[in-house]
Amino acid sequence: MKPTDISDPEFFHQVVDCQYACPAHTPVPHYIRLIAQEKYTEAYMVNWESNVFPGVLGRTCDRPCEPACRRGRVEEEPVAICRLKRVAADNKEDYKHLLPKIPKKKNGKRIALIGAGPASLTVARDLMPLGYEIDLYDEQPAGGGMMRSQIPSFRLPIEVLDEEVNTITDMGVLTHYNTYVASLKEILDKDYDAVFVGTGAPRGKDLDLPGRKEADANIQIGIEFLASVAFEHADSIGERVLVIGGGNTAMDCCRTARRLGGKDVRIVVRSPFEDMKASPWEKDDAMAEDVPFYNNHVPKEYVVENGKLKGMKFEKVEAHYDADGKRSLVPTGEDLVFFECDDVLMAVGQENTFPWIERDLDIEFDKWDMPSVDKVTFQSTNPKVFFGGDAAFGPENVITAVAHGHQAAISIDLFCKGESLTERPAPFTNLVSQKMGIHEWSYDSEVAEDVRYAVPHAAKEEALQDRMIEVELGFDKDLGYKEAERCLNCDVQTVFTEARCIECDACMDICPTECITFTPNGDEEELRPRLIQPANNLEQPLYISDELKTGRIMVKDEDVCLHCGLCAERCPTSAWDMQKFYYSVTKAG
Amino acid sequence: MSYIRSKFEHPQAQQNTLGFTRRDYEGSISTLCAGCGHDSISAAIVQACFELAIEPHRVAKLSGIGCSSKTPTYFLGQSHGFNSVHGRMPSVATGANLANRDLMYIGVSGDGDTASIGMGQFAHVVRRSLNMVYIVENNGCYGLTKGQDSATADVGSKSKAGKENMYQPIDLVSQALQLGASFVARSFSGDKEQLVPLLKAAISHHGFAFIDVISPCVTFNNHPGSTKNYEFVRDHLNATGTVDFIPMREEIITRYEKGSTQDVTLHDGSVISLRKAAEDYNATDRGQSLQKVREADTRGEILTGLLFVDTDAQDVHSVINTSERPLNSMSEKELCPGSEALERINESLR
Ligand SMILES: Cc1cc2nc3c(=O)[nH]c(=O)nc-3n(C[C@H](O)[C@H](O)[C@H](O)COP(=O)(O)OP(=O)(O)OC[C@H]3O[C@@H](n4cnc5c(N)ncnc54)[C@H](O)[C@@H]3O)c2cc1C
Ligand SMILES: Cc1ncc(C[n+]2csc(CCOP(=O)(O)OP(=O)(O)O)c2C)c(N)n1
Ligand code: SF4
Ligand code: SF4
Ligand code: SF4
Ligand SMILES: [Mg+2]
Repeated sequence: MKPTDISDPEFFHQVVDCQYACPAHTPVPHYIRLIAQEKYTEAYMVNWESNVFPGVLGRTCDRPCEPACRRGRVEEEPVAICRLKRVAADNKEDYKHLLPKIPKKKNGKRIALIGAGPASLTVARDLMPLGYEIDLYDEQPAGGGMMRSQIPSFRLPIEVLDEEVNTITDMGVLTHYNTYVASLKEILDKDYDAVFVGTGAPRGKDLDLPGRKEADANIQIGIEFLASVAFEHADSIGERVLVIGGGNTAMDCCRTARRLGGKDVRIVVRSPFEDMKASPWEKDDAMAEDVPFYNNHVPKEYVVENGKLKGMKFEKVEAHYDADGKRSLVPTGEDLVFFECDDVLMAVGQENTFPWIERDLDIEFDKWDMPSVDKVTFQSTNPKVFFGGDAAFGPENVITAVAHGHQAAISIDLFCKGESLTERPAPFTNLVSQKMGIHEWSYDSEVAEDVRYAVPHAAKEEALQDRMIEVELGFDKDLGYKEAERCLNCDVQTVFTEARCIECDACMDICPTECITFTPNGDEEELRPRLIQPANNLEQPLYISDELKTGRIMVKDEDVCLHCGLCAERCPTSAWDMQKFYYSVTKAG
Repeated sequence: MSYIRSKFEHPQAQQNTLGFTRRDYEGSISTLCAGCGHDSISAAIVQACFELAIEPHRVAKLSGIGCSSKTPTYFLGQSHGFNSVHGRMPSVATGANLANRDLMYIGVSGDGDTASIGMGQFAHVVRRSLNMVYIVENNGCYGLTKGQDSATADVGSKSKAGKENMYQPIDLVSQALQLGASFVARSFSGDKEQLVPLLKAAISHHGFAFIDVISPCVTFNNHPGSTKNYEFVRDHLNATGTVDFIPMREEIITRYEKGSTQDVTLHDGSVISLRKAAEDYNATDRGQSLQKVREADTRGEILTGLLFVDTDAQDVHSVINTSERPLNSMSEKELCPGSEALERINESLR
C-alpha cells in the first residue's frame, strides 16, 4: 500500500467518527471536552456555529453520530453525544456578544427564503452577517417549520425553540409569517437576487381502504393532527386510538394521543419490530408510556357502523427475507384481526408537493414530481432558485436540513458575487501537538471505563397529564461531566514520523487494543488479515507509513484506537505524537 | 498524566485454545524507559505463552536485580513470581524447582546479574541442568544503576560518557555451551519473528534452556559508539536460520528443500524446524556450535537463532532421582519420616 497522505484533511477527518457522520460535521469531541471543563457557553457556541440549533438538537436530533461513535465499537454503547449537546445548551450563560455582528450597511443583495424551517433559518444565519437583506415567508404564525408544528412540546419545549429561532430572526430578517406563498412566479417577479425553497415535505400520506370515506370524521393524518395540537386547534382525542405506522411520526402521534385523553393507544404496523423505522429510543419512550406495538399487522379495512368508525381490520403477516435481504410480507392465512377504536391516526409517511411552483419557470421536475437539484450546490435548473432541507430530496431530519442550509448559503453567496458554484471553499483544519511532558498531554488521555449514563425522565403519571411537560430532564452538570469523560477524544490524532522510528516495537507492545503492526508491505486486501489483530472493519482506514530501515512499514488500524496516547508515551524518539486535529466546514463569505 | 493502560481490548481479540486473549498474559504496566528492549522481550514472552496456551498458574517467574530483573512484573500477571537478590536467581529457581517440579520456570536476568555478580550461580545452574528457561536480557551495561559497562560489553564499545571499554567480554552463549546447557539460543529484542518461536521451543524443551537476548538500553547504551544499540545490532546480525516451532498437536505442513531444513523433535512431541541459512550448520553438534559462534564473533558478526539443542538431556531431577511426585505435595509425615527413619539411614552409612 502507498503511505497515507495525512496532509489530506479527509484522512484524519474520517478518524473522528462522530464528526464525520454528522451531516453538519460538528466538532463533537471538541465541544465534549469544553463541557468537561465546564465551559458551557463555549461548547454551545461551537455547536451553534455548525448546527445552529444546539438546544433543539440536544433534545431531538436523529443523531447519526451515535451509531458511528467509536465507543460503540470498543464497548456496548456510544457516548451520549446528543444529550451532551443539551448540557451545553442548558447551562450556557449569555452568549449574545459572541454572535456575529450584522453590518448596518447592506450589500445590496436581496434573498427570499420560502418556508421558515431549519434549512431556511440556516441560510439566513449564514447570509445575514454578510450584509444580505432577507425576506422569510411562512404560512405558520411563527418560525421553526416542523420543529414547531411536528415535534411535540414534551420533547421540545417552546421556549427552547423560540430562543434559537429568534437568535436568527433578531439578526434583522424580515419575517412574513401567516403568509402562504401561492406562486413562485410572484416571488421571482419581486426581483430577488436569489430564492431559497425550504418548504419541507408537508403532505402526510393516507391509506385508501374500504370505509375510508365513511369513517372520515375519525381519521386524521398524523402530521396534520400534530400540527393542530401544536397550534392549539385540537386538545382532545378518543379514548381508544389506533396509530398506523412505525416511524418517528407514529411515536409522536401515540405519545401525544396519550396526553389528550387516549387511554388505550396502540401502534399497529406492517413490519416486524426490528424493521420499524422509528429510532430505538423513540420506540422505548413510547413503550414506557404503555403503548403496545402490534407488529406484522397489515391494515385492510375501516369498519363503520351507523356511519361511525368502529375499528379496523388487519391481516397478520410474516416477514420473509430473500438471499439479498429483500423483505416480503407473507400472509399467515389466519382470520383478519379486528381492533376497536374511536380514532385512527395515519402515520404512514410524508411526501413533497409543490402545487405553488409554476412549471414554466425553468425548474425541471422529475417523474416523481421532485425538482432536479444539484447534490453539492443545491441549485435547481433555474440558476436563481435553490432548494434545501426536506424540499430538496425528500424527508430527512433537522440536522440534514441545517447542513443543506450551510451549503446553499455558500452557493447563494457565490452566485450573487458572480463566482463559480463548483469551486467550494476548503474546510478549515489545524493540527497541534498536545505534548506537555513525558506522560502529560493537554487532553485527558485516560480512558474512562464507565458505561453510558441514562438521562433521567420525569415521572410518567405527571408527564402524561400535560403535553407541555418535558419528559427528558437532561443530564445535570455532574452526570454531564461523567458522560463527557467517556469520549475517547478521537480528534487527538496519532501522528507518525517514519524518520524518527528506531523500530523498538514499544508502541506496538503497549497498545491496549493492538492497533499497531510493523510488517512487510502488501496490498490492502492481503495486509488487513495479517495484522496483529486482523483489520476486518473495512469501513475504517489503515494508516500506512513509508518504508522503515528494516524494510518493513508501520500499519495502524484506526478502527478501535482509544486515542489513549500510550504509543506516543512509550516511543523513545517521539516518532508518535498526539496532535489535535480541528476540522470545520467553511461557511459562506 | 496518563500512564494507565485501558482495560478495553480489541473487541474481536483473538483467543487461544484456553479462551485467553493475549492481554490475559500481560502484567502491570512497565516502569522501564520508553523503548527499552526489555519491554519487547516481555511482549515476546506474552506472545509465546499466549500461542502455547499456557495456563498462567502453572508458571513461576524468577529474577534477580536490574531493569531486566524487574520485568517479570510486566508479564504473566496471573503467574507466580519471585524477585530475588542480585545474581541469586539461580539458587531461588533451584530451590523452587526441587520443591515443585511440576511448574514451568522462567528465569529472567541481566548481563550484570548473570555475567558479573551472578556468574558463579549461573555456572552451577547450567551444570546441574535445572529444568527451566533462563533468559539474559543483554544490554551490555548495568541499566538500573545508570549504565556502567557490564562484563558483556565489547572491547572498544563506548559508554554514554564516551569512555571505551578495555576488558574482554564474556560471551554467555559460549559459556552455556561449554557448561553443558542442553538448549542454547541467541536473539535480539527487536526481532520478535525469531524470538517468539525460540521462546516457545525453549519453554517446551525439557532441561536447561538458555537464551541470550541482545536488548538495547535506550537510555544508557543506544548511542553510536555502543555495539549494543539498535542500529549496530541490526547491521551485524547473522542468523543460523529461521526457526519454526510446531507444537505436537499440529501437523508439519511446510517442507523446505532437503538439506536446508533440520527438524528436532522435543520431549513432548513438538518439533523445532530450523530452516538453515548455511547448509553445514548442525544444531545438535555442541562442538560445532561453539566453533561457529566463535567464527562469527571473529568476523564481527552476532550469530543468532537456535545454536544448539540436545533433546536427550537429563534434568536435575532424573540425575538425583527424586520422586515423581513434587515434594511440595507431600505431607510433613512423608517429608520428615521421624527419628527412627533417620536412625536407619545413619545406620546404613556406618
Ligand atoms: C412528527 C415528526 C417528528 C419529527 N421529529 C424529528 C426529530 O425529533 N428530530 C429531527 O431531526 N427531525 C424530526 N422530524 C423531521 C424534521 O422536522 C424535518 O426534517 C425538518 O424540520 C425539515 O426542515 P426543513 O427546513 O426542510 O422544512 P420544515 O421544517 O418542514 O419547514 C417547512 C416550512 O415551510 C412552510 N411552508 C411550506 N410550504 C409553504 C408555502 N407554500 N408558503 C409558505 N410557507 C410554506 C411550512 O409551513 C413549514 O413551516 C420530524 C418530522 C415529523 C413529521
Ligand atoms: C548485591 C548487590 N550489589 C549491587 C547492586 C547494585 N545493582 C543493582 S542493579 C545492578 C546491575 C544490573 O545490571 P543488569 O543485570 O545488566 O540489569 P539491567 O539493569 O542492565 O537490565 C547493580 C550492580 C545490588 N542491587 N545488589
Ligand atoms: S493511542 Fe496509540 S496506544 Fe492508544 S489505542 Fe491508539 S494506537 Fe493504541
Ligand atoms: S515506539 Fe517509536 S521508535 Fe519504537 S517502534 Fe514505535 S514508533 Fe518506532
Ligand atoms: S535504563 Fe536502560 S535498561 Fe533500564 S529501563 Fe531504561 S532503557 Fe531499559
Ligand atoms: Mg544490563
